[in-house]
Amino acid sequence: MTTQPPLTPAPSRIAPIDSAIEILDVLPGGSVVLAKTETLLNWGRASSMWPLTFGLACCAIEMMAAGASRFDLDRMGVIFRATPRQADCMLVAGRCTIKMAPIVRRLYEQMPEPKYVISMGSCATCGGPFYYDNYSILKGIDQIVPVDVYVPGCPPRPEALIEGILKLQEKIKAEPFLRRALPAKA
Amino acid sequence: MALRTEELMLNMGPQHPSTHGVLRLVVTLDGENITDIQPDIGYLHSSVEKMMEYRTYLQNVALTDRGMDYLTALANEEGYLLAVEKIGGIQVPPRAKYLRTIMLELQRLSSHLVWVGTWGLDLGATTVFLYCFRERERILDLFEQVTGGRLHHVYFRPGGVYEDLPASWTDRALEFCDEMLIRIDEYHELLTGNPIFLARVQGVGILPRDLAINMGACGPVLRASGVPFDVRRAFPYEAYGELDFDVPTSEVGDCFARYQVRMEEMRQSVRIIRHAIERLPAGEIRAKVPVNVKLPKGEAYARTESPRGDLGIYLLSEGDDTPYRVKIRAPSFSNLFALTEMMRGWKVADVVAILGSVDIVLSDVDR
Repeated sequence: MTTQPPLTPAPSRIAPIDSAIEILDVLPGGSVVLAKTETLLNWGRASSMWPLTFGLACCAIEMMAAGASRFDLDRMGVIFRATPRQADCMLVAGRCTIKMAPIVRRLYEQMPEPKYVISMGSCATCGGPFYYDNYSILKGIDQIVPVDVYVPGCPPRPEALIEGILKLQEKIKAEPFLRRALPAKA
Repeated sequence: MALRTEELMLNMGPQHPSTHGVLRLVVTLDGENITDIQPDIGYLHSSVEKMMEYRTYLQNVALTDRGMDYLTALANEEGYLLAVEKIGGIQVPPRAKYLRTIMLELQRLSSHLVWVGTWGLDLGATTVFLYCFRERERILDLFEQVTGGRLHHVYFRPGGVYEDLPASWTDRALEFCDEMLIRIDEYHELLTGNPIFLARVQGVGILPRDLAINMGACGPVLRASGVPFDVRRAFPYEAYGELDFDVPTSEVGDCFARYQVRMEEMRQSVRIIRHAIERLPAGEIRAKVPVNVKLPKGEAYARTESPRGDLGIYLLSEGDDTPYRVKIRAPSFSNLFALTEMMRGWKVADVVAILGSVDIVLSDVDR
């Protein structure tokens, strides 16, 4: 008879501050820590990512479910904004038609830098079930906007979307935010 | 000197938090009054009717889930399969009929819950959205235990359903039904007892009875205008002919009436589920139908009552394993054009309230 290993709770993916940022030094007493400005800024940016409320199709319902009672995206600092001017991140949820493509592109351009795109679901990623024999659906949102994270699924469960958001947070935290190349002046 | 005035054209959408998808409305305003409203649709056209012609009858079941109204996946499957079974002369076993009925009513509950929640969100009542999604997750759990899917189920098959219910599922469903009735009272306390909500919806966006019929409105919109027409009652399909339920109607035809009709429909859905579980017969869940079913030459029109209204599917078979032509009569489409009549003469602030009360899903409108 084999003995089961004791069940240990999985470590929380939402890290406390000492593992979320790279601490250079802790002053005696422990209430003051020294860290790089960039890591602090990145930590702040990753922890308050406001996506644009932009539902295209079925995935938008799962996006709403992820923001509602059971899954509660507010825990990750994700608060949906209704205008691209206040958004950091665009969640493209659902199939995008060729008629809709210029509007998605314009919304992306209206967002302030730095901006990110999560492609939610198969349709936004590659056209999904609408890939063959179809004249109206865009075969992947990455043809018009640069995508940071792809979330697979048809539609992805809210847990999958949360995983995608956590992946994007990891990406943001690793960015050389203050050392990035600034766009050349016109 | 008189002030020069002119009409203002206002664009709303396709990206707007309360157009429920990608609808663009071109609103013509005279001051604050709406003189005309033109919906611009097609932003979610997925050419699903054309795609169905290249897929087998079984593959199309998965396509009806996604390509049509995505909030009511099972209702779409039902409409499509009724047409398939009508052409093929396939007899559905009684247990499968009852299972389908139970699932359809759970789907109606989940769809109406999304509607109440998002409409509350549009009108500034954020709490009710969270409450509704809490109950909706319970329904999705029940779905998941049976079909394996949360949103897209592919549960109905030609000649029956895919799998039987898991053990003690009916107990959990009945438990949920008891809870749901309490929750509906809670929503009434949140919304019906809220004077701000009432001020925004009572008497707003009236659709008179004759206009509702002329514009081809269907479903709860039609019933709120005083026409007691429900496909489940008028042309019973599956087990609806053997189950007790009332068709709630209202004579007023305003946004509040549409709200009341849907809330009462949720109660009736609970009643149907309870009654169907009580009478659930034992036996086969699926008729003997080959996987790659070939239908004889023929045509059929099947109409069902989806949560949005009268969903019709016209299917033309040329004796092949794929349909020759599929035409979808989408309930949201006809309700959307009744919307233009509802909006005329109201203030610009009422656009969101009236639009939300119609409960359109753009995937259903554009297909």
